[in-house]
Amino acid sequence: MNILNILKVAMRSLNRNKLRSFLTMLGIIIGVGAVIAMMAVGRGAQSRIEEQIASLGTNVLMIFPGSSNQAGVRGGMGSMSSLTPDDLAAIKNQCSAVQMVSPAIRTGGQVVFADNNWATQVMGGTEEYFAIRNWPVSSGQYFTEADVRGATKVCVLGQTVVDNLFKGGDCIGAIIRIKKLPFKVVGVLAMKGQSAQGSDQDDVIIAPFTTVQKKLMGVTFLGMMLASAISDDAMTDAQSQISELLRSRHKIQAWEDNDFTVRSQTEIASAAESTTQVLTILLASIASISLLVGGIGIMNIMLVSVTERTREIGIRMSIGARGRDILFQFLIEAMVLSLFGGLIGVILGVSASKLISVLAGWPTVVSTMSVGMAFVFSAAVGIFFGFYPARKAAMLNPIDALRYE
Amino acid sequence: MADSPLIISTKHLHKTYIMGDVEVHALRSVSIDIHRKEFVAIMGASGSGKSTFMNILGCLDVPNKGEYVLDGVNVGRLDKNQLARIRNEKIGFVFQGFNLLSRTTALENVELPMFYNNLTNKERTDRAMEALRIVGLADRYHHMPNQLSGGQQQRVAIARSLVNDPAIILADEPTGNLDSRTSVEVMEIFQHLNERGITIILVTHEPDIAEYTKRNVIFKDGRVKSDILVEKRRNATEHLKTLPAIGEDDAEEEAA
Repeated sequence: MNILNILKVAMRSLNRNKLRSFLTMLGIIIGVGAVIAMMAVGRGAQSRIEEQIASLGTNVLMIFPGSSNQAGVRGGMGSMSSLTPDDLAAIKNQCSAVQMVSPAIRTGGQVVFADNNWATQVMGGTEEYFAIRNWPVSSGQYFTEADVRGATKVCVLGQTVVDNLFKGGDCIGAIIRIKKLPFKVVGVLAMKGQSAQGSDQDDVIIAPFTTVQKKLMGVTFLGMMLASAISDDAMTDAQSQISELLRSRHKIQAWEDNDFTVRSQTEIASAAESTTQVLTILLASIASISLLVGGIGIMNIMLVSVTERTREIGIRMSIGARGRDILFQFLIEAMVLSLFGGLIGVILGVSASKLISVLAGWPTVVSTMSVGMAFVFSAAVGIFFGFYPARKAAMLNPIDALRYE
Repeated sequence: MADSPLIISTKHLHKTYIMGDVEVHALRSVSIDIHRKEFVAIMGASGSGKSTFMNILGCLDVPNKGEYVLDGVNVGRLDKNQLARIRNEKIGFVFQGFNLLSRTTALENVELPMFYNNLTNKERTDRAMEALRIVGLADRYHHMPNQLSGGQQQRVAIARSLVNDPAIILADEPTGNLDSRTSVEVMEIFQHLNERGITIILVTHEPDIAEYTKRNVIFKDGRVKSDILVEKRRNATEHLKTLPAIGEDDAEEEAA
């Protein structure tokens, strides 16, 4: 019997019990649909986190000063004032794997423009800060190297600050007061949105670090520094070059711990990624349980079908069907059920993902891999759960099958 | 008959079933030769072994001992798949209960045996239509079994048994579920087929049905009790003329 005829016979016998076939398929439909939708939600979360991490800038290294130790009382990380502008210059000049480096000194303060005021974060960096963080301006321009050298009172505003101080008015060239000192606004940064940790990255004012050090904070050390490697592959090189350089500059003996920490963005990214990966796997495995249950449904209904059609099997065998022919007939019937279920499940899963992203505002990513996998898996379910009933049919004794009432 | 070639030859067939703790000797040394173009009725009380014998002839069952040669093939040495092939190519079955596939048209029922050998769709349909024409049901090819009377269903079954051009047709109580007139009609078809050169073996327990055949083999307790040629053979066509005519509609009502 050729495959086309077997397919025709299978379709017809499924067609005879429309409701039953549909209900059997429903198990697979829901299973495949759930797997695809859950994977899409998981992938959506992953891509969103990846996006947020990328928004911090790619191939970025963070250099923190170490913790202070005053008479045995240890401060937290970054409490030490061990990083200096000379370190910054040395990293810039001596580390070949480092492309750009900028301090990131943080201070808070009240900012005032006309009769509006707003408490925000002031970040001190060099003109390279923007490139490291991959942060374009939406209007105006960055401050320049000359501004950094001369510690001029200029600043670039984040969108949130603009919204709160200017209420939609033009801000380029305006003079705002940060901690009562007048600063000239030279640019506005493009929206960056939430960070991976959930804070508003646009609620910030960026000014030359020299200005922040001298005029706002009155300190000479640097807080954190950001550096970018020349490429993604050079991350580890950059990290070790910076470590070695700082150890020798700080005269740290071989047995002593670093008084600074160099961390890369990829470490943070991979941690976040593995979290979402676990989430995705968890969701998918819960969903695949329903696929398994659907498979058992197929097996159940195929067993019923074999019993119901014992006489038909006897007739077919008596006129020359081999065990193999009977096996294929029932196996293909099970596969048609599961593949059709899989197909409808894919459609359902994709539309469910779209619906989730529209209703919940949660990004979903339907990957072709998850669709393909769900489909292949449903076919496998059909073969796996269809085989036992089909074999049972093929093993029937024709005489007994013919006598079966 | 002896001048026609041998088509079935059994030598000392034994078949024993184990039913619980009891051994049932269904066949005890059955040796029969049947030649081409014969029309044999196998008779006997229930439990006489005739059904077991038919199952072995039909390659649905194998003997414990003895030899069975069908159309030159020693069936005793074949495996399951080869037996299926033999059933498909050399044997046509007609059953008491018709055994048609329900919700499947007459044509498709007749086509069924040809699905298990490699024929083109057209060849298959042509041959099935030809077989239906032989049994006089060509105009009903698209009817479902439940739209046909018992006699008509049995004729479809006969058409199905014919369609692969088998060496023998095995009919197991083909008239058992039919009224007397329809039985004669079915026997008429068998007689026609036999005249066309087809070997037919039928199992029956009705002596008057056996009178339409050419040779009667009577089984008792797993042995052949008697094997005689029918001298005064009845002609079904002639006999039908003596029976009161019933319309086709009545027959259908009866079947329902």
